[in-house]
Amino acid sequence: MYGKGLRPLSIATVAMLAVSLSLVFFYAPLEADQGFIQKIFYLHVPLAITALIGFIVGGVFAIAHLRSGNRKWDAYSYVSIHMSVIFGVAVLVTGSIWAKASWGHWWVWDEPTLVSFLIVFLLYATYYPFRYAIEDPERQARYASVFAVTAGAFVPLNFLAVRMAQSLVHPRVFATANGGLPGSMLLTFLACLAAIALLWVTLVKFELTAKSASGQVKRLRRALDAPAPGAASRIAPEVG
Amino acid sequence: MSALLPAVAPALPLHEAGKYVAGAYIVFLVLIVVYVAIMAAKLQRIERELGELASFAEQGKGEPARAVEKSSVGGGS
Repeated sequence: MYGKGLRPLSIATVAMLAVSLSLVFFYAPLEADQGFIQKIFYLHVPLAITALIGFIVGGVFAIAHLRSGNRKWDAYSYVSIHMSVIFGVAVLVTGSIWAKASWGHWWVWDEPTLVSFLIVFLLYATYYPFRYAIEDPERQARYASVFAVTAGAFVPLNFLAVRMAQSLVHPRVFATANGGLPGSMLLTFLACLAAIALLWVTLVKFELTAKSASGQVKRLRRALDAPAPGAASRIAPEVG
Repeated sequence: MSALLPAVAPALPLHEAGKYVAGAYIVFLVLIVVYVAIMAAKLQRIERELGELASFAEQGKGEPARAVEKSSVGGGS
């Protein structure tokens, strides 16, 4: 059920990634201040935006779960948060590389953008131990949803921190009084954002399909009353 | 610190900047490849379990048939 349309989506993602990488390296001009290093911007910022929106999407699915009680929404919420945490790791690593190249430091503690993202990331890193500390699947799903909704409320703070940050280290992507990107850079950035967002959607769908297949195998095993080959994995919610 | 950043952030020459840009993109690629490898391992496990279940179901289907066969053979003697 979840695997429907996965192949065209994967092809579109690969094509979009290829187009956006071509734009980054062959079309977008070199930035006057940072030069070639600024190319990291086209990877780092779309990853950060996608990860943060993914956390919010996880919260929205969690609300749907709390309202309906349908475990399907809990699985959606879990997978959205899981994928956003992976993207968050990529954000932190690429951001550190960019910081080292630009500022000479791997991390700058007085930059609110960096620290607020780290706080959001660490908050979501506690989602897994929180979730799997609860044995009962119903309670586990309910508490995880409450966590996802509460943590999701913190995410807009990260966007606000970027906007309110006094230093102009991070460029304001969409036009503001003090800046904005030139057309060619904006086009490249939007293509990268679309590619990374598509990648997120594809991987979420991929993960949901795998979990659904795993859940169906477990159901089949129960129906056949067959012995399990090993201990059942409790790392993810079952998707029917 | 932030006030000092422009002073310590001159544009790096291409040969020096290249390794950082390559590093960032390679990290991203490695993360994706590791993720896909983990998913591939999971799918292999699911496939193996499905194979076991299929053979289990076939055995279960075959046993009653063999039992009927045996009883009919026994009844005939």
